Amino acid sequence: MYSEKVMAHFRNPQNVGEIPDASGVGEVGNVICGDILRVYIKVRDNVLEDVKFMTFGCAAAVASGSMTTVLAKGRTIEEALQITKKTVAEALGGLPPHKRHCSNLAADALRKAIEDWKHKEARTVS
Amino acid sequence: MRSVYLDHAATTPLHPEVSSLMGEFMREIFGNPSSLHSFGREARKWMEEARQKVANLIGASAEEIVFTSGGTEADNLAILGVALSRSEKGRHIITSSIEHHAVLDTCKFLAKKGFEVTFLPVDRYGIIDPDDVRKAIRKDTILITIMHANNEIGTIEPIEEIGKIARDHGIIFHTDAVQTAGKIPVDVNTLNVDLLSLSAHKIYGPKGVGALYVRKGVRLEPILHGGGQERKYRSGTENTIGIVGFGKAAEIAARDLDQEFSRTKRLRDKLIRGIFEKIPDVRLNGHLKQRLPHNANFSFFGVEGESLILSLDLQGIAASSGSACSSRSLQPSHVLAALGLPYEWIHGSVRMTLGRTNTESDIDYVLEVLPDIVARLRSFSPLARKLQA
Ligand SMILES: Cc1ncc(COP(=O)(O)O)c(C=O)c1O
Ligand SMILES: [Zn+2]
Repeated sequence: MYSEKVMAHFRNPQNVGEIPDASGVGEVGNVICGDILRVYIKVRDNVLEDVKFMTFGCAAAVASGSMTTVLAKGRTIEEALQITKKTVAEALGGLPPHKRHCSNLAADALRKAIEDWKHKEARTVS
Repeated sequence: MRSVYLDHAATTPLHPEVSSLMGEFMREIFGNPSSLHSFGREARKWMEEARQKVANLIGASAEEIVFTSGGTEADNLAILGVALSRSEKGRHIITSSIEHHAVLDTCKFLAKKGFEVTFLPVDRYGIIDPDDVRKAIRKDTILITIMHANNEIGTIEPIEEIGKIARDHGIIFHTDAVQTAGKIPVDVNTLNVDLLSLSAHKIYGPKGVGALYVRKGVRLEPILHGGGQERKYRSGTENTIGIVGFGKAAEIAARDLDQEFSRTKRLRDKLIRGIFEKIPDVRLNGHLKQRLPHNANFSFFGVEGESLILSLDLQGIAASSGSACSSRSLQPSHVLAALGLPYEWIHGSVRMTLGRTNTESDIDYVLEVLPDIVARLRSFSPLARKLQA
C-alpha cells in the first residue's frame, strides 16, 4: 500500500524528538482520524537551524513528519514556507488517496511553528 | 524471518484435510446438483453430506441449512428475508450497536426504506443487557438480531436469554455466529435462535461460502430469485467445491473444538499476562471472562494502531487494529466507540486472534518483539510524553 520511500521513513524516521528551547512550536490535530503531529523549530538568522517532530499517528503521519523536517532543515523561513503538502507527498513517492489527509498534517504543523516563531519575534522586538 | 499469524478472526488458512478433499472433489466431480442424471446425483450426494456436517456443528437438522456465499449473505438473507416477509405485521427491528457491518449496514439500509431500527447500547465490556432488549420490544417488532460474539473484542453475548425473550414475545431471533461456531459450543436449540449465520473461512474452510440456519417453520422471503435452489431460499447453482470444503471444515471444527478451545485459550492468556507484565499503560478491551478463547484486544496509550500493525508486520507478525487510520473508510472502530472508549485509546487498539497456526514459541516471539515496538513509537509520541509528565 505504501511506497518504498514512505516505508523507509516510517522504519527510520529522521529528526524525531523535541527541541527544549525551540523558537517555535506548531501542533496540528486531525479531527477526522485522530492523528496529532507537532513540529519544533530552532531559528537563527532567518534560517531553520533545527527542525524536529513528534507524532501520535499512522505511518503516513510519521513518514510525512520525517520528510517535512528533512526538507525544512537548513532552509530560510521563506524557503520553508514554500514546502506544501504536495511537495511532501511528492518527495515521498506519493501516498494512497485515503491517506492523503494524514500526510497533510506535517506541512501544516511546520507552517504553524513558523507563525508561532513570528509572533514571538514580533513580541520581543516591540 | 519468522512469520506469526495472529489474525484468525479475519480469516484462517484451509485445514490440510479440507484442501485435500476439495482437490479430490474438484478433480473428479463436476455435476450440477440439480441435474437428474448420475453426474448431478453424485454432486448432490457430496453436497448433502456437507449439509449434514454443517448442521451437526450447530445442533440443527440438515433441512434447516441454506448454503450462501458467506457470512455477509447469510446476514443479509436473514434480515432482509424477515423484513420482506413480515413487513405487513410490523416494521420495527432490534439490533445492537456493535454488530458486524453485514448486520449493521443491512439494518441501516432498511431504516432508509421505512423500517425503524433500535440500536441497543452495550456496557463497557461490550455486553448487551437482555433487559434492554425486553424494554425495546414493541407491538410492531418483527426481528431481533444480535451477534453471538463480537469479532473485534470477542465478547460473548447472552444469546440464550435474549432468545428466550424473543420467543416469549413471538419475535423472530437471528444471531450472527460467524465468530463462534467451531470455537465455542453453538447449539441452535440451547441458544433459542430461529436464524443463525455461519461462514466457512473463519473455521479453516474456503472463502466465499457460508450458511444460514433457518428453523423449521420460519418464513423467509428470498433475496436471490431464479432456479429455486436451496429450497427456494437461495437461487443459483451451488458452490459445490466450497460447500464440500465447508462440510469438512465443520466436521473437523466439531471434532477438535474442546482441544483447540483450551489450547488457544492457554496461549491467549499467556499473551495477555506477558503484555501486562512487559508494557505499561495498556488496557484489555472487552470482557475478561465472557470472551472468545482465542481473542485478545489491547490498547496501547499514545501509540497509533496502524503504526503498530505495520511495525509488527515488519517483524513478521500479522495483527489488526480498530484505529481510524488503519481502516480504508478512516472511521474508528464503532465497536470500541460503543464501549465508551476515549478516542486516544481507540486510536491505539490492536486485535490479536489466535488459532491453529500458533504455537507457544509464537507467543514468546511476540512478547519479545512487541515491547520494543511500543517503546519506539511512544518515544516520539506527544501523547505518551504527556502521560509521563
Ligand atoms: C461477525 C461477522 N459477521 C459476518 C462476517 C462476514 O462473513 P464473510 O466474510 O463470510 O462474508 C464476519 C467476517 O468478517 C464476521 O466477523
Ligand atoms: Zn493517520
